[in-house]
Amino acid sequence: MKALNLLATSLALTTALSGVALAQTELSFWYHGAGNPVEREILVGIIDDFNTTQGDWKVVLQEFPQAAYNDSVVAAAVAGNLPDILDVDGPNMPNWAWAGYMQPLQLSAGALDGFLPGAIGEYNGQVYSVGLWDAAIAMYARKSTLEKFNIRVPTLEAPWTGEEFDDILATLKASGEFDYALNLGMADQGEWYPYAFGPFLWSFGGDMVDRTSYETAEGALNGDAAVAFGEWWQSLFTNGYVPGTSQDMADHETGFIDGDYALQWNGNWVAVKTLEALGDDVLFLPAPDFGHGPKIGGASWQFGVSATSEHPEGASAFIEFALQPEYLAAFSDAIGLVPATAEAAALTQNYREGGALEVFYGLSEAQATLRPVTPGYVFEALEFRKALADIANGADVVDALDAATDAINADIARNNNYAVAP
Amino acid sequence: MAAVASPNRHLKTSLKYLLLILVALVFVFPIVFMVVSSFKPDLQLLRDTSSFRAFLPVGEISLDNYFAAFRRAPVGLFVFNSIFVTAITVIFSLFLCSMAAFSFAFLEFKGKDIVLSIIIATLIVPFETIAVPMLMVVNALPWIGGNGITWGWLNTYHVQIVPFLADALTIFLFVQFFRDLPKELIEAARLDGASWFQVYALVIVPISGPVFATAAILKFLAMYNQYLWPLMVTQSEQFRPVMVGLQYFFQLNTAWGEVMAYLSMITLPVLAFYLFLQRAFITSIASTGIKG
Repeated sequence: MKALNLLATSLALTTALSGVALAQTELSFWYHGAGNPVEREILVGIIDDFNTTQGDWKVVLQEFPQAAYNDSVVAAAVAGNLPDILDVDGPNMPNWAWAGYMQPLQLSAGALDGFLPGAIGEYNGQVYSVGLWDAAIAMYARKSTLEKFNIRVPTLEAPWTGEEFDDILATLKASGEFDYALNLGMADQGEWYPYAFGPFLWSFGGDMVDRTSYETAEGALNGDAAVAFGEWWQSLFTNGYVPGTSQDMADHETGFIDGDYALQWNGNWVAVKTLEALGDDVLFLPAPDFGHGPKIGGASWQFGVSATSEHPEGASAFIEFALQPEYLAAFSDAIGLVPATAEAAALTQNYREGGALEVFYGLSEAQATLRPVTPGYVFEALEFRKALADIANGADVVDALDAATDAINADIARNNNYAVAP
Repeated sequence: MAAVASPNRHLKTSLKYLLLILVALVFVFPIVFMVVSSFKPDLQLLRDTSSFRAFLPVGEISLDNYFAAFRRAPVGLFVFNSIFVTAITVIFSLFLCSMAAFSFAFLEFKGKDIVLSIIIATLIVPFETIAVPMLMVVNALPWIGGNGITWGWLNTYHVQIVPFLADALTIFLFVQFFRDLPKELIEAARLDGASWFQVYALVIVPISGPVFATAAILKFLAMYNQYLWPLMVTQSEQFRPVMVGLQYFFQLNTAWGEVMAYLSMITLPVLAFYLFLQRAFITSIASTGIKG
């Protein structure tokens, strides 16, 4: 009898549990972080929390390596098997939305209150993606170096001016103590160029495309401001302040720590490593102001919903669930990026008040500027990168910028101003 | 005269060997660098690249990168997937392509030369140009397996195998080799009553070791190094091969030591396979040269 009771209870429990499981609709989720066990642990934790705290949806994670992620998504779009939830690099989002890979999010009112602008992926007046973090760039310097050469420590309120910055580079170069005055990271020739060097162009008053219409680059990329930027950019190389496009990756990674480079223009993802090596001597300084305000790039990886998802409400529910401050803080602590809200920043080890990387939150808040929010950005970034590399290698500034402008204009025209989806 | 010629000959030989050693070093150094670097911590690895220390197992040496590589990615699974897909493809490819080549070399049928020309012409079509159409085709094909009939081949082993079972280069290699074999052998076998398949299996295959080895090595390398196709068709980690797995190691802060450890591990099967078939491969290359 006892055995029968036990059997009946087991059957009842099994039936009940399988009932819950069956009631949950599966949502596939693609993420770019394969190979990063720390990131995976946090993400799996969020997914487990979501799956167990409601009975409607069950998120299933599929990870991809970052370098192969975009190609995988495009291939899946061709094959018609996109997942429900996907993550997207911020500047690529408009292209994916325009191409019909993504649909707008269905978030509650106020869900994005207090988020850094760089963490919100808005296109055509609708939010398509949202990031749990943002990335920020700073000018890395050694306190001891600045003191030695009597260089002022810039602040968010009083950044270095363009002229001041040029003088500093000349001083550091003339000292003969460094191989180069500044490491720009020229060895990294991917999205780094538009992300890291686009802000210099913006600070000069130029841009990769005219943002009032997004229909031409004329005047933006080859106008007076852009040419002034181009000439300044070329002077960095002709004066020998920075290593050129053939910079060795090893030098890029260790040069500042080893003292071969006096300054370094780099992202917050190497901040912890640099702090470990240099301790209190390292400073993270704001971008110089070349006339139109100091700028850095905004927008990192963000979560969105695929256009083919049959359950956009469930996908959006998961994304909104993941936006809780403790999750934002957990990601920040684990991978070192800037948490998307001040509330979350206060919960982190590095970005809370007095934290070692607090300055990056301020930089993101005050200086972050989005790369052009247009489907054409993907192409514009390639042309911008090519023009910058050519100018660094001695090409005529006006010719290089004109060529990039023509190519971008041709691309925009070829795609009917990106007005209609392909 | 002999006494004068001897030192010259020695000098020539020495110079020849010196040159050969230098050329060999150019090819060996990257492998030495890879293996040696796999035992070094990142910072030391990067610093050593500017000196000869990059090729020496000096400094802080450990197996940490190997342990870390296994923590970062399912290395064993990726290696298994690659070897499995490669082995199956190579075996079937050798069989199918050699049979096709046999028919082109020895059988007479209408349009033979045109068909062969068309096949060889496909050599100039880059894979990248047909990858997307191929993706759409395999995504719409049926397959009969353990779950009955399913549609779409994505996320399977067979999607990485079937499209590569026959290729123009392998067929071309076999055709070239078969055409140079003595026709008398085939005629004698046919007179003895052998069927065409018996001629292929009992006469041609046993004397074609070198070309089989060459085709196997080339096919092995092509399949083992596959990247674009598996990237497009394997969304599930369970089926990913080593080259897609390599991307797991390129993060915002790339762990170069782990990259080198992973590369060392995935290079081993290739080296082992090459060493296994080395003699036949060299024989094949050498004999090709003599015939020319």
